[in-house]
Amino acid sequence: MAVDDRFTHFRDDDGDQPLGTRNEIVTGPVSDWATDFSHLEPEWAADPYVIQDDLRGRCPIAHTDRFGGGWLPVRYEDVAAIAYDTEHFSSRAIIMNNFRPPREIAPVGGSPPISSDPPFHRDARKLLLPAFTKAAVSRQEPSTRAYCHSLIDTFEGRDVVDAAAEYAQHIPMRVIADMLGYPPEDGPRFREFVENTLEGINLPPEERIARMTKLFDYLVEQVHDHLDNPRDDLTSYLINAELYGRKLEASHVVGTLVLLLIAGIDTTWSAIGASLWHLAKTPGDRERLVADPVLLPVATEEFLRAYAPVTMARLVKEDISWRGADMKAEDWILLSFPAANRDPAQFDRPDEVIIDRQANRHAAFGLGIHRCVGSHLARMELRTALDVWLERIPVFTLDDPSAVRWSVGQIRGPRALPLRIR
Amino acid sequence: MKVQISSERCQGHGRCYDLAPGLFGEDEEGFGQVLGDGVVPPGREPEARLAVANCPERAVEIVEEA
Repeated sequence: MAVDDRFTHFRDDDGDQPLGTRNEIVTGPVSDWATDFSHLEPEWAADPYVIQDDLRGRCPIAHTDRFGGGWLPVRYEDVAAIAYDTEHFSSRAIIMNNFRPPREIAPVGGSPPISSDPPFHRDARKLLLPAFTKAAVSRQEPSTRAYCHSLIDTFEGRDVVDAAAEYAQHIPMRVIADMLGYPPEDGPRFREFVENTLEGINLPPEERIARMTKLFDYLVEQVHDHLDNPRDDLTSYLINAELYGRKLEASHVVGTLVLLLIAGIDTTWSAIGASLWHLAKTPGDRERLVADPVLLPVATEEFLRAYAPVTMARLVKEDISWRGADMKAEDWILLSFPAANRDPAQFDRPDEVIIDRQANRHAAFGLGIHRCVGSHLARMELRTALDVWLERIPVFTLDDPSAVRWSVGQIRGPRALPLRIR
Repeated sequence: MKVQISSERCQGHGRCYDLAPGLFGEDEEGFGQVLGDGVVPPGREPEARLAVANCPERAVEIVEEA
């Protein structure tokens, strides 16, 4: 058998300065959200919706000089137009931060297919789609349900539990570990990887690189384990997958593993947590769902609309005057699907959570070619997590509203959520 | 009443086959598919309208028959 040496020298270039451009890190209070926005400040984390509503009324495309320059559209039609316009906006980087990877990494990007542009994007995405169809992910439902029950079993005898840290967080970690074929006990390490990638945005670049290196090292170690012991999981699948008649580049395999590990965890964790937060403070909705569980799928879509966890980013390809905004090449676009989901031009009574909302064309999973590849998996996890919770713990309230802590950055959800469960 | 899906617009969100499984299904990559010839059986019109009203990409369409 030929030895697969694609991964033998992976990251031998450690120590080299990565190419790309860096800008000065600017932190601290925002002077004006229309001209100096930052999604990393505590005001945004506490309540981005009032900021977005204000901007929608007076701006509606905000600008910032932070992060080396960027724009924030808040109207549904602008968010949608940019999501559809892959000619002028690149997905080469999708986390707005103080480092831009070199242009040459397009159209593949660091973690295909989320970081890929056409035409490569379509081929890289095609490799993943069959594993993430509704039918495929439904096979994970029984084990997910059993796992949710086992988490609630551990609450026996307690009055207050942290639904974010002790419930919501664990569910996507376990599901993705199973799909990738990694040890379930590695969950706490995943949490560290996720926080480093998505939340440590304003750390010094050296620190960010050092932390990312730990994630790559972990994944390369897992790849080697799968080379030695191939099994029926997504890691072995990607190692053996072929594109254009040859096996994938090592950087493609590991980059996609980064995506699958990171993207599925705190997104779903956030959605489960935000839904439980809403139900804890809205007894009418909670009682209605307990009495009528058939409503749960429709209610789940409303939670996804109102508390959409995911904001994406794009890079402007070339200077362009776009709907009155004088955009420069390499400017960021903070693509806020949560803001789009609360645009009164698109949704009736957008600030109200209406758990039986019938027409709900929400964009929580994005729009266009980058529609979240894991959306069916996320939906299954979210419905199952809420279904099991409501069955086992039909009565619960916020123990201390001031103790609820929301994440900072592009993925929004509760990171501390103490609930009184008896 | 007949339903159709624009394959150019569909991105596989799956809202149609989630809300109206009697009218839509998914292909092996998760894209929406009209079941059979797309003719909506009597009484199922509300399901068809729900699918139209919830498609994020506006890919699901109703074609009224003469």
